[in-house]
Amino acid sequence: MSETPTWDYAPAPESSAIVNLKEEYGHFIGGESVPSADGATMETINPANEQVLTRFAKGGQEDVDRAVASARKAYDEVWSKISAADRGKYLYRIARLLQERSREFAILESMDGGKPIRESRDIDIPLAAHHFFYHAGWADKLPYAFPNQTVNPLGVAGQIIPWNFPLLMAAWKLAPALACGNTVVLKPAETTPLTALLLAELIQDAGLPPGVVNVVTGAGETGAALSSHAGVDKIAFTGSTEVGKLIQRTAKTRNLTLELGGKAANIVFEDAPLDQAVEGIINGIYFNQGHVCCAGSRLLVQESVADLLVEKLDHRIKSLRVGDPLDKNTDVGAINSREQLDRICELVESGKAEGSELHQSTEDLPEKGWFFAPSYFTGVAPSHRIAREEIFGPVLSIMTFRTPDEAVEKANNTMYGLSAGIWTDKGSRIFKLLGEMNAGVVWANTFNKFDPSSPFGGYKESGYGREGGKQGLAAYLEVK
Amino acid sequence: MADRLKVNKTYKLYIGGAFVRSESGYTMSSHDQEDNLIAHVCKASRKDLRDTVKAARSAQKGWAGRTAYNRGQILYRIGEMLEARSTEFEDLLIREAGSDDPKAELQASVDRCVYYAGWSDKIDAILGSVNPIAGSFFGFTVPEPTGVVAVVADEASGLVGMVSQICSAVVSGNTVIVIAPDRAPVIAMEFAEVLATSDVPKGVINILTTEKAGLMTHLASHRDINAIDYRDGDAAVEQSLLDEGADNLKRMRFSDSMTAAEWNEESAQGLSEIAKFVEMKSVWHPVGV
Amino acid sequence: MPATTLSSLLTPGAQNRPIDKIGAEERASKFTKRSIKKEAKVQGIKLAISMTDLTTLEGKDSPGKVQQLCRKGITPDPQDPSVPSVAAICVYPRLVPVAVKALDGSGVHVASVATAFPSGQLDLEERLKEVRQAAEDGADEIDMVISRGAFLAGEYQLVFDEIAAIKEACGDAHLKVILETGELETYDNVCRASHIAMHAGADFIKTSTGKVSPAATMPVTLVMLEAIRDFHRETGKIIGMKPAGGIRTSKQALHYLVMVKETLGDRWLTPDLFRFGASSLLNDLLMQLRKQTTGVYQSPEDFSKD
Repeated sequence: MSETPTWDYAPAPESSAIVNLKEEYGHFIGGESVPSADGATMETINPANEQVLTRFAKGGQEDVDRAVASARKAYDEVWSKISAADRGKYLYRIARLLQERSREFAILESMDGGKPIRESRDIDIPLAAHHFFYHAGWADKLPYAFPNQTVNPLGVAGQIIPWNFPLLMAAWKLAPALACGNTVVLKPAETTPLTALLLAELIQDAGLPPGVVNVVTGAGETGAALSSHAGVDKIAFTGSTEVGKLIQRTAKTRNLTLELGGKAANIVFEDAPLDQAVEGIINGIYFNQGHVCCAGSRLLVQESVADLLVEKLDHRIKSLRVGDPLDKNTDVGAINSREQLDRICELVESGKAEGSELHQSTEDLPEKGWFFAPSYFTGVAPSHRIAREEIFGPVLSIMTFRTPDEAVEKANNTMYGLSAGIWTDKGSRIFKLLGEMNAGVVWANTFNKFDPSSPFGGYKESGYGREGGKQGLAAYLEVK
Repeated sequence: MADRLKVNKTYKLYIGGAFVRSESGYTMSSHDQEDNLIAHVCKASRKDLRDTVKAARSAQKGWAGRTAYNRGQILYRIGEMLEARSTEFEDLLIREAGSDDPKAELQASVDRCVYYAGWSDKIDAILGSVNPIAGSFFGFTVPEPTGVVAVVADEASGLVGMVSQICSAVVSGNTVIVIAPDRAPVIAMEFAEVLATSDVPKGVINILTTEKAGLMTHLASHRDINAIDYRDGDAAVEQSLLDEGADNLKRMRFSDSMTAAEWNEESAQGLSEIAKFVEMKSVWHPVGV
Repeated sequence: MPATTLSSLLTPGAQNRPIDKIGAEERASKFTKRSIKKEAKVQGIKLAISMTDLTTLEGKDSPGKVQQLCRKGITPDPQDPSVPSVAAICVYPRLVPVAVKALDGSGVHVASVATAFPSGQLDLEERLKEVRQAAEDGADEIDMVISRGAFLAGEYQLVFDEIAAIKEACGDAHLKVILETGELETYDNVCRASHIAMHAGADFIKTSTGKVSPAATMPVTLVMLEAIRDFHRETGKIIGMKPAGGIRTSKQALHYLVMVKETLGDRWLTPDLFRFGASSLLNDLLMQLRKQTTGVYQSPEDFSKD
């Protein structure tokens, strides 16, 4: 038996039997599923096979008006009157129900968005439940977060979330808003509305009063109708920097928090734990197909270990399995939409045209569906588009540096400021550099970690406001 | 004996720790309540603003890098120097700003410096946190200064509003570009002289006299200003600041205009003022041997 | 090894990297998320059987016990001829002649722990004598222990010299160097000891004696596999790996195979380069294999204990 054939893993698809898709989904307004006023619908597609999953309502101004009115009524008549402790108990219920139905949510998330089931099962859904659980506890303890100041809910919060972590972003938005005593109109992304709608059903099962949480589905215009609505007291947006700027210009409310794009530097020094750094780089850029605003998309490696690190990285990306998101062994799933795939391809082409060298893990991609192989560029100059623009895909740009000052300068040389990574064995260097990073989250000797107790948000054009932790509560309260 | 001919003071702009003339050469005049000329002051231009942003930017890292203890002492020193010149400021508060209680305003201004001086090394303890991450990681969150803040000095008071705005922004490590109140440019420049003798590092606090309205869009559109503190409560101005400032996502701090008497109150000060111009940085590190 | 090579092991460089514990453990846990089903499972289990060093290391070991074990090793499942033999039978030196005789012609190797196993606390000369004797008696594989006391005291040259001397004493027998990772405690130490052992002449590096807890773990094995990979990159030499102790289930064994495959590649998925040091693992592998082929869950009593 010393002669062994190549040992490969058999397909291990997760069954989607647990998911019962309806033929059509309405908005969730005032505790009911309702169609758009004008009857408009749109379809959502499984990016792994390009098949239509189902249809859902395409919201217009009238639908947004209705949802905001519903949230206002629920705020005035119910939610602002119940005890803080009861608000917390509702959130605990949601957390528990989410844990109970986690399998269903995970599979639906992977079907609608294309992310690997391993990630939706092990990260998205558990973390979403954790956010509800964490914020549930805050509901009746808010004054402790702002000593010697008074806090009041803002009223109706409009929340617009992206397609990269559909349920998790819904949880990041809903949990603090509800804990702080606000009611909500949530607008999920047009390519991934399904888990938010399933969450709305779950919230109803949890017994929340009608209108406390409303979900309006649709495309960009639906979001614009919400973000510029005169009837909301707060807008929270996660998405692109471009749209974030538009919202700053058009929002009627001055209570605005924006969590936008990024182009994070992951800095690796020669004394770093290199094999773990490789894992951090992999997790930093190939997690969720690179559809991560805080992705470590720029690798800055000290020249003295650059060859070694790139060799290790190259070896590692070859073990990444690209394919069916529902296969339990898939590491990199489908690109969320045709449009996003085109954008990635366009930027990758620009990288090649500007003279960087492209390396890819595989050329063997599924024929159906939208896929992009884990890729990295060497020979990247800081001026190249792939070093400056957010690609939002599994594409890493590798650059080198020689001294700590140079590393800091290059890391901060961007309009973004969401996250940064530092890899070194030297404690004093970590503390020096983390102070110098213009970024809202700094991971030292780790990357892409999230926890509800750890506030998340950007510097500079990555937005403002925080989500998570006691600091995140400020986004949903009037603090005096 | 005939009255001695007085030597009048020429007022300049306060940029990067130096008193400089406006590159534009334009001046404005400030008058007392009976419309007698107090002095001519510079009318800062867009280019003066550009120079000031450079000065504030280059000073920012060093200022934030000083110990909180040191920043606190410098703010306290401003209070000391202001108190020492109280007679002069009280006189100007009456003449230029039309204050009906100049003593109260001067004292509140001095006390405001002392108040914020005391915050410098407590901000992190109250706004920051150690985060109980569910995993083998040590995590903490610290407030850091937003960067360069444009302080549009409140128009309702001659001194106390501006001093409050400046102190609450710089105490955490921001540097500021102050647009003096239209009604009290001379007071603002006299305050600049206080700053110049208070160990404030050059560029940390810069003061421009100008016609506010002419400079607002430039403030908002300048991509190297990180935040704007505007308290005059004009909704149209606010909207234009939001529009222009969106290009680099400037942080905006708006509030309804307050009276000088309201500014004098303790309720006008607080940690929430400081919190408007800090960014929260969350840090993670694994815990293991 | 020249002194310069040793000193290069002790200064930061490709072969002496700090290991971040949390990152290494997180990586190791990811291998356990792989889902191994159907044909891949059958193939993996058979591979694991063929990589097993079926071991008995007890004070009460007797010729009769070793003979039974050898028969089990040659034909683990008499009902299923497709089940391969194990890689080796691992015994104390005194029982090597018994094993050699019992395994004659089977292709199953005889491995012997030596060097005052498990503590190693004897003079080097005594240990060398034991190694030579075992080799002379017909052991084709020697499992030695390093001097952990010396290693932890920083006497790396001594550790290196002892391994080199024992390698020489092995003659043609393959040398597996046991680091006893449970006593080294940190992954940094495991990484450093791995490189010292490989430079000193180890054919395999091995985690544990099985007498100290913790024995083999996924992360400690991962750190050693990565050391093997770095050593190969630096020197071109191919070294084998043997986790030992604590691997009792088929599921665990498959996780280890996944880890080897994804860390070192398919090239290492052979008994020549990867072994499991285990005693109770074999029966679980047999049980799971028969479950896969028959579709029926098995009872432990369906398989012989030795």
